[in-house]
Amino acid sequence: MTGVKTIYLDNAATSWPKPEAVYRAMDDFMRRTGASPGRSGHRLSIEAGRVAYDTREALAMLFGVRDPTRIVFTANATEALNVVIRGMLHPGDHVITSGMEHNSVMRPLRAAEQAGVRVTVVPYQPAGTLQAGGVERAIGEDTRLIVLSHASNVAGNLLPIAEAGLIARKRGVTFLVDAAQTAGCCAINVEAMNIDVLAFSGHKGLYGPQGTGGLYIRQGMESRIRPLKHGGTGSRSESEYQPEFLPDKYESGTPNTVGLAGLCAGVRFVLEQGGAIQRRERELAAALLQGLGGIPGVVVHGQNSAEGRIAVISFNISGLTPSEVSMGLEEHGILCRPGLHCSPAAHRTLGTFPQGTARLSPGYFTSDEDIEAALQAVREIAARGAGG
Amino acid sequence: MERAQHGVVLFYSMSHALWAEKLFKGTGIPVKLIPVPRQLSSDCGICLRFDQPDEPRVRDILDRKQIEIQGIHPI
Ligand SMILES: Cc1ncc(COP(=O)(O)O)c(C=O)c1O
Repeated sequence: MTGVKTIYLDNAATSWPKPEAVYRAMDDFMRRTGASPGRSGHRLSIEAGRVAYDTREALAMLFGVRDPTRIVFTANATEALNVVIRGMLHPGDHVITSGMEHNSVMRPLRAAEQAGVRVTVVPYQPAGTLQAGGVERAIGEDTRLIVLSHASNVAGNLLPIAEAGLIARKRGVTFLVDAAQTAGCCAINVEAMNIDVLAFSGHKGLYGPQGTGGLYIRQGMESRIRPLKHGGTGSRSESEYQPEFLPDKYESGTPNTVGLAGLCAGVRFVLEQGGAIQRRERELAAALLQGLGGIPGVVVHGQNSAEGRIAVISFNISGLTPSEVSMGLEEHGILCRPGLHCSPAAHRTLGTFPQGTARLSPGYFTSDEDIEAALQAVREIAARGAGG
Repeated sequence: MERAQHGVVLFYSMSHALWAEKLFKGTGIPVKLIPVPRQLSSDCGICLRFDQPDEPRVRDILDRKQIEIQGIHPI
């Protein structure tokens, strides 16, 4: 339809638009730098290396990490999670996760299970401390890893990461956090939260382009995690064996340096905004929750308050499937994501499996008018749904 | 033989070298990233050159910031 303004409410999949500085940094890198970092020692290669280094430094600052070389880049959060899950579990090991996970956690875990790893899924409890207690009770002699998402990409609820981190540290179990949904919009301090390994997406709340993501790996952990890929790193070139030091151990092959240029600008943007992003997203979530709550026929799934959550909201309209809702919204220019959001486990927990939900995920650049337009569209669709 | 006027710090990875470069830029100690000279061997293809008289300060700063290095050599 022409003349309808596009309102992008799918920031949980990937954020868009990006800050201007991100577009500029990527264009600039392609035109003026372009070289492969760390391979050749010439001026442009060093300049490209600086782009990657600066990105590590910005991320280290964001996550409270002293040593920027503990930040490793991957293609996305999925690859980051695979590095750790596939790289550290052996048959006979036990791993604990929650009933709120994305398939980028569940599928590598289920594959490990088929190879002889024991997996415990702690049921998700709306009261976070209960869930941390469940994690603690599940720990046994052979428990090697606890994996939890920081926030659900379906219902937006935060999980009790700090509590679980304390338990994991006390019991000597490695703690991996999937921060795909929270990096950039929630404060994360890996020291204070006792996080051993943090996986993040670069292309969501950090405002980088698609094809960026990574890991923070605590000092010493690398001896326990095999790399997914082996290959050229630009370092120790005389050796036919993979280097053991970070970040090179996990960064074989020419990286996505143009993507990192964008990610660096995105993370710097996040650092400049300080807490403003979280405050704004909380306002947006509150406005959506309040608006949706007043529409007859609309059911919001998961937590109803703007506290303890991110701006990711799942709902259904009685009598309509999530795809009908999403198609109806698109007629009003509103882009959202219907279905299961790669998270069958979370939908089972919420009782929305297999039909799924419609998910609205505003971002820092979403305006109050955008939210009002979305709510108005939902009102019309719900009224039509109830009438027809 | 001519006395060495420069020293170089060798690192495990380019990330470490760039980290160190950035630190020294903040201290006013003149440094330059250069390809590792042929007579030395290093894990990383580039190293950080400094003026020989600055060596004690260079060592001290690397130490205090806990940047892992492979070694320091005169060139
Ligand atoms: C909770 C969660 N984990 C992991 C991922 C995977 O992230 P990526 O697309 O960067 O691989 C996503 C989003 O897609 C997510 O929402």
